[in-house]
Amino acid sequence: MKKRIYLDHAATTYLDLRVKKVMDDFWIKNFGNPSSLYKEGRLAKKAIEESRLKIARFINAKPQEIIFTAGGTESDNLAIFGVANNFKKGHIITTKFEHHAVLNACKKLEELGFEVSYLDVGEKGIVSLKDFKRALKKETVLVSIMYANNEIGTIQPIAEIGKIIKDFRNSKTSDFKTYPLFHVDACQAAGYLDLNVEKLGVDLMTVNGSKIYGPKGIGFLYIKSGVKISPLLYGGEQERGLRPGTENVPAIVGLAKAFELAQKERDKESKRLTSLRDYFIKRLTKEIPRVYLNGDSKDRLPNNINVSILGVEGESVVLYLDEKGVSCSTGSACTSESLEPSHVIMALGGPYEYGHGSLRFTLGKCNKKSDIDYVMKILPDIVKKLRAISAVK
Amino acid sequence: MDGDNWYYSNKVKEHFFKPKNFAIKEPKENEFDAMGEVGNFACGDIMRMWIKIDPKTDRVKDLKWQTWGCATAIASTSAFSEMVLKNGGMKIENALKIKPQDIAKYLGGLPDRKFHCSVMADLAFKKAVENYRQAKNLTPS
Repeated sequence: MKKRIYLDHAATTYLDLRVKKVMDDFWIKNFGNPSSLYKEGRLAKKAIEESRLKIARFINAKPQEIIFTAGGTESDNLAIFGVANNFKKGHIITTKFEHHAVLNACKKLEELGFEVSYLDVGEKGIVSLKDFKRALKKETVLVSIMYANNEIGTIQPIAEIGKIIKDFRNSKTSDFKTYPLFHVDACQAAGYLDLNVEKLGVDLMTVNGSKIYGPKGIGFLYIKSGVKISPLLYGGEQERGLRPGTENVPAIVGLAKAFELAQKERDKESKRLTSLRDYFIKRLTKEIPRVYLNGDSKDRLPNNINVSILGVEGESVVLYLDEKGVSCSTGSACTSESLEPSHVIMALGGPYEYGHGSLRFTLGKCNKKSDIDYVMKILPDIVKKLRAISAVK
Repeated sequence: MDGDNWYYSNKVKEHFFKPKNFAIKEPKENEFDAMGEVGNFACGDIMRMWIKIDPKTDRVKDLKWQTWGCATAIASTSAFSEMVLKNGGMKIENALKIKPQDIAKYLGGLPDRKFHCSVMADLAFKKAVENYRQAKNLTPS
């Protein structure tokens, strides 16, 4: 097989070998059920609790505040329904460009009688604090805002929002002083940004393994002590009853290792990728006519490049690149079941053409400058060809 | 599974990477007899089709197209053009009978969800024929 250049790390990452190594022992050798009293069980239990402690330390939380789940979507749902299910109605604030795990959960709650405010993100893809302040109401029970967007990588002012929420709660005279709760989806941010929950002022935080070179199908939800959550599933006592079911021990151990590596290597890798990112953006926008960067150029994840190439359609470009050995993704309608262009690109306020012509490259540990040079060698000709066929000039 | 099976059929792949009969440049005014345009920006597919008709035989002598669209839009238009131009060109009335299902079959199948949005060649052709007949002052059949 030809060499592949993988530029879609926001979709998922490969498993770091160091992660695989720590997981290896937990398939056959240490296979026990953590709830069992005997040695095999105790070993498994110990592995889980050490993993929990490790993660908690990195985010400045207590171990009992970490609940393991089956990934980002489940953590988001547990946070949102877990809070909302304690109420019959109420108000929720989120943004127009959340991940579907948050957006569709909020839409379901609207059907059930909740009121939801979807904040604009402006042309830069960043929530305005002014808009946020204005949206807060005394009935607001939950705020859910992503740390960094999965498509365009723009970073949201989470700590500032956390501070506004804190002040708002303190200004309340009623006994509803602990609300609204603040949930943050940090799946894309976990490898690059500071996840200190105290500094951020968050009550609930979602992280998953599959974006940080960890295993898929595993994640955690940080739940601040004292925050009342109802479970989505009913069963045994695992994870304080908030996530019943026998724990996925190898994946939990792998998640903790991946998270540890992500945090330790964060600064160095962020620096390296930021310069690669800016180099890539500069070449894309300079060397191919009518290419525009989506989202803010500075307040974005070090690994995210998202551009709209006008006059061509994203799926076509993705498949032409795939043929040449390059993997990336698009927000074009043609790749979605709904046949709607990306809600993220559309939230930036541009015309449909920007959505259909959007292309996302997300860098990772395996990428070098030569990968970008290769893309820049082949992409201009692909665009030229597709523009020649195109009826939109 | 080695991932070498393509996302769509091999026939789609062939027409997508080597599209037939597309107009590299917009044709000059007298090069063709009529043009038809369909599609919209919202769904992400816009197509133009130019036709040249032999007035004596009513056969499609030449056909060129441009499309702003996804892989299946490009492939289905290319396939349509090949179907129509085969064997010296179809008669208009026969070419008008080509349905999206026929194009999909010719391509070895298309996913359901891509069917309605991306197969527009038949519509663009219909539009071009309408314009052709109008220009010739003929009543539409």
